Amino acid sequence: MQNFASEISAALLLILKGDAELWAIVLLSLRVSLLAVLISAMIGMPLGAALAVGRFRGRRAVIVLLNALMGLPPVVVGLLVYLMLSRSGPLGVLQLLYTPTAMIIAQVVLVTPIVAALTRQVVEMLAEEYSEQLRSLGVSCLASVPVLLWDARLALVTALLAGFGRAIAEVGAVIIVGGNINHVTRVMTTTIALETSKGNLALALALGAILIGIAVAVNALVSLLSLRAEQEGLSHA
Amino acid sequence: MRDLTADTMGTLEARGLLIGHNGSTLLDVPRLLLDGPGPTLILGPNGAGKSLLLRCLHGLIVPEAGRVLQDGHNLGPIQKARQAMVFQRPVLLRRTVTANLDFVLRRRRLNRPARRVRIEELLHEGGLAAKARQSARSLSGGEAQRLAILRALATEPEVLFLDEPTSALDPAATQAIEKMILRASSRGVRIVMVTHDIGQARRLAADVVMMQGGHVVEHGPADEVLQNPRSEAARRYLAGGLLI
Ligand SMILES: Nc1ncnc2c1ncn2[C@@H]1O[C@H](COP(=O)(O)OP(=O)(O)OP(=O)(O)O)[C@@H](O)[C@H]1O
Ligand SMILES: [Mg+2]
Repeated sequence: MQNFASEISAALLLILKGDAELWAIVLLSLRVSLLAVLISAMIGMPLGAALAVGRFRGRRAVIVLLNALMGLPPVVVGLLVYLMLSRSGPLGVLQLLYTPTAMIIAQVVLVTPIVAALTRQVVEMLAEEYSEQLRSLGVSCLASVPVLLWDARLALVTALLAGFGRAIAEVGAVIIVGGNINHVTRVMTTTIALETSKGNLALALALGAILIGIAVAVNALVSLLSLRAEQEGLSHA
Repeated sequence: MRDLTADTMGTLEARGLLIGHNGSTLLDVPRLLLDGPGPTLILGPNGAGKSLLLRCLHGLIVPEAGRVLQDGHNLGPIQKARQAMVFQRPVLLRRTVTANLDFVLRRRRLNRPARRVRIEELLHEGGLAAKARQSARSLSGGEAQRLAILRALATEPEVLFLDEPTSALDPAATQAIEKMILRASSRGVRIVMVTHDIGQARRLAADVVMMQGGHVVEHGPADEVLQNPRSEAARRYLAGGLLI
């Protein structure tokens, strides 16, 4: 018990005195996951919106696929991205394996289906409500996409936050494609896994606390947004 | 400012309109010509096909047979752009009151200063100046309905369709909306409006269209149709209306 208490105080000390290694890891985590979410947003939101308003063959199949991909096990994603990027893989010449870029790619694969599927849901609901009015105003199907995305903005930010939450807390994919290399690809989750197994609980605990803090902050932001949406009558209910 | 005694624009004509569903006829209008000055009010019981007729005239539904002509031209993109519609339940964008109007003005490619001036005029016209920055979704029913009408007017339509715009409103809100409609009408906008309020038809209508079971059972000058309806259906509807 004594030991545990001293680990906690050591962890607190690490956080409070601004330990350089600790913060380098935190910053890399944030950089990787934020970039991944940004890229996922650029792919997933137009894709989701297209699925919501477009009427083309195979649309239903894509939706089912997207919903299935939402629950993709991160280790499997890690494995697939590893195979793509490994020296003998199709993208091997790019030499991206064990770099932050590889981790971003893996997280993009994980987060994009979430963003696309949630965008599809929200935009489809809104499109149903808006469709006649927009047609009446002469807005074409294609031109209605930015209108719908903008008017669904609060729900979409919530979807992005959900994607960010999944990305930053994920360990299985980034450890496979990143390799958990010190000062290069070591992020919060992979460091926690490694340091815990090494018995260096202080660093693991400090990172764990920060990770929880980020999760709480993201969730607080989500509920704040939905509260605002309700107050402004912007919610979809 | 347009001439206040301007001629009503946009002659509308429906020919041989037919809409069915699972073998039953929802709308069957061999001919309907709206070319007189002043508002046209459409009356008839629930399910008579009033909203369906408006959607057809506005090109939101393509009928199985027949066509709609505006100023003698088939309803195409150009004609539709000269029409606007206020729906039975107003659909407002999840933006501020101002942004809802700005949306339409932007589409008309007005520049910034012109948009600002027009928005101010419209807000003043609809008595919504104090609500300019408020989220449109938080407006009351009457305010929302007024904003929907303002947004429709912002498209500078020649024909304005209104589907029961005052059915859920108190007398003051109803009066405010009727004034807006009459102002638009006096500027030459053709008004085609559905109502269940016979008093409202008396107050606004130049001509009245009576519908029942998907058919136009009577169309004529307001006082004639409302005072001495020729058809049995119209007589019954008006009598029932008076009892309520
Ligand atoms: N998309 C549709 N599919 C099947 N039936 C429809 C459809 N739209 C309308 N109808 C039917 O057509 C009939 C006329 O509908 P419409 O909405 O025009 O009535 P209305 O005269 O506007 O009635 P209310 O006064 O209640 O608004 C109704 O019986 C309705 O059920
Ligand atoms: Mg109706």
